[in-house]
Amino acid sequence: MAAKIAYDEVEVGTELPAQSFPVTRATLVRYAGASGDFNPIHWNEKFAVEVGLPDVIAHGMFTMAAAIRVVTDWAGDPAAVVEYGVRFTKPVVVPNDETGALIEVSAKVAAKLDDRRVRVDLTAVSAGQKVLGMSRAVVTLA
Amino acid sequence: MALDQSFVGRTYPPTAPYEVGREKIREFAEAVGDANPAYVDREAAKALGHPDVIAPPTFVFAITFKASGQVVEDPQLGLDYSRVVHGDQKFAYTRPVRAGDRLSVTSTIEAIKSMAGNDILDIRGEVRDESGEHVVTAWTKLVSRAPEEA
Repeated sequence: MAAKIAYDEVEVGTELPAQSFPVTRATLVRYAGASGDFNPIHWNEKFAVEVGLPDVIAHGMFTMAAAIRVVTDWAGDPAAVVEYGVRFTKPVVVPNDETGALIEVSAKVAAKLDDRRVRVDLTAVSAGQKVLGMSRAVVTLA
Repeated sequence: MALDQSFVGRTYPPTAPYEVGREKIREFAEAVGDANPAYVDREAAKALGHPDVIAPPTFVFAITFKASGQVVEDPQLGLDYSRVVHGDQKFAYTRPVRAGDRLSVTSTIEAIKSMAGNDILDIRGEVRDESGEHVVTAWTKLVSRAPEEA
């Protein structure tokens, strides 16, 4: 592992560079193919509405994958992430237009642990609502 | 209908090995729009100390979720999968998944709860490589929503 951020240089409260991730229907079709998750709630509006959703929603695992990029881009080596967990609290609703949805992710160091590890807490918001809860990563720094 | 508590602690047989392909990692990284060179460029991965390209942290879910099919499709358990949503997901890594890995998953039912008519199922998937070394553990919480009142 070769994280580019030094443990000694971060403090509780250190903010990681925030990022925004656009999601369109095309993004979801592509993610479905790459991940093997072909649940129609992620691409078929009629089906999504029938099961009580407002529209097609993003794969929770897509949101989880996007959010951790704030941490892996910061740490440099993705293998610096030794633990990562989320709760899927609200769906990311993806309308069938050019814009789609936007997932805005921010993160900060919440605790300094032993063995040069830190806990990073993430916040992911789409359309003004938190879409992930209890979103935490443990990261080994240099 | 509440699920049978006696299934808590049940462990299913390890899955047949899944071979992690370099191009599958690339496809996944591109699908999540992640341009980190460690996922696609062997030299970049080596510069970070990895023997080959590594997979993004959540890549392994495709493997563990497929393995959890043994549990959710177990006719004796009787989960109504059409009403299942993904509640929580967590991973703990011993090392990153990398190209060439042959990974096998052992799934265990950690907990079964019933809350407000919803069935909540916690599944732990232990992912090991061909030599039996631990790679990552995935915890998946599935919630089977109660049927709407008629």
